[in-house]
Amino acid sequence: MTELLVGTKKGMFRLEGDPADGLEITARAFPGQSVEYAMRDPRTGRYLASVTSWFYGPRIWVTDDPTGEWEQAKGTVLPGDDEVDPAAEFSGDPADAYKGALNRLWVIVPGEEDGVLYAGGDPGPLFESRDGGLNWSLNRGLWDHPTRPEWNPGAGGLCLHTIVTWPGDPSKLTLAISAVGVWLTDDGGASWRHSNEGIVLRYLPEEARAATAEKPQHCVHNVRRAPTRPERLFMQFHDGIYRSDDAGATWIDIGTDKGLPSDFGFPIAVDPADPDSAYVIPLIGAEDRTTPGGTVRVWETRDAGDSWQPRGDGLPEKDAYLTILREAFDTKGEGERLELYFGATNGEVFGSGDAGATWAQVGDHLPPIYSVRTA
Amino acid sequence: MAQVMLRAPLSELCGGRTHAIAGATVGEVLVALEREHPPIAGWVLDEQGRIREHVNVFVNGIHGEERTPVAGDDRVHVLPAITGG
Repeated sequence: MTELLVGTKKGMFRLEGDPADGLEITARAFPGQSVEYAMRDPRTGRYLASVTSWFYGPRIWVTDDPTGEWEQAKGTVLPGDDEVDPAAEFSGDPADAYKGALNRLWVIVPGEEDGVLYAGGDPGPLFESRDGGLNWSLNRGLWDHPTRPEWNPGAGGLCLHTIVTWPGDPSKLTLAISAVGVWLTDDGGASWRHSNEGIVLRYLPEEARAATAEKPQHCVHNVRRAPTRPERLFMQFHDGIYRSDDAGATWIDIGTDKGLPSDFGFPIAVDPADPDSAYVIPLIGAEDRTTPGGTVRVWETRDAGDSWQPRGDGLPEKDAYLTILREAFDTKGEGERLELYFGATNGEVFGSGDAGATWAQVGDHLPPIYSVRTA
Repeated sequence: MAQVMLRAPLSELCGGRTHAIAGATVGEVLVALEREHPPIAGWVLDEQGRIREHVNVFVNGIHGEERTPVAGDDRVHVLPAITGG
């Protein structure tokens, strides 16, 4: 039995079943509200959801039973700025965005210590909970980083969307923020350094790249770690796919001239059993953001990015122009029994129970899908 | 004191639809509302003390903002804006 938590524009849905037989909706929560992300903490069984009311703002909710009552978590707020006139209009200038209020919470990730979770949001905060998600506090090391005035938002906002832990070592974290880049800490979040060496900013004029390379202006879309070889990371960039073999210190292009229909995309996934594996879902470039040629394919590498193969048996072959967002792709299990699931903004969910060899539609007619997480 | 009128879900958070709240401006009234009903903190005013973008406040039926004056017997309605998707 697989349990999927699907965050959508109109609430959270729980789907349950077997990928071969299809999944059924067994719970819905937060109707009418945007659920950016919903996950179940595997250590406690507790469900956590980041929910943004169009009217009343973003917050995290927690429950042990998604069909019952949810409890509002505390502490996911940004510090007020005493120098700001409460009656003044927000300038709208991206350079001032970090002084504003919390806009969205993008992701919630279990930490390596009991009870610890992390959450990332817009405009770029990292929150930490040490009690299973009921109370949160802002990481000041990142929030007060001296480069913050240089941070600029991407199309989705100034979003801290990726939080990657290091198995067994709570002092190490890797973050990614759009359009800022990768951040690393080795001291549990007290200090942070950005690490984007090797990434080519093809979305900038060539003559502007060198001057920008050292600046925190990199539009990383997603990062995943190979858990059995934790110094290895795979990255889906705005226009590029990269690998790091030195814990994020440097990045190697693994997407150019490899037969991929596009190296633009949002999510990336790995098989936890194979440190040479990664899966991406290419979309046609930044202006279109749909599946290339109307054909839906997940592309897989098993040699750390030297080559890529399309996996699409059972996925739409033609006239399917889907958009799969950053958090809408997840895995369960490993090896030959690796399950893969992704959802699209047209409300369809697809799943594979055999590491991507064959696929089936496992959900349909949902609102636009923001996130898919296995439980 | 001003009569602050709320609708769900704000009325559920505050335990009722109407609340007598003191304050000389809309901003002061909403801060006082938060103080007397902590579960509503962050729902109407953001961290910077601004009325959220998609929340409307009316004083005696006229659209108001943080600095709008409020007199003793004014009716202050807090409503979701007719926006969204």
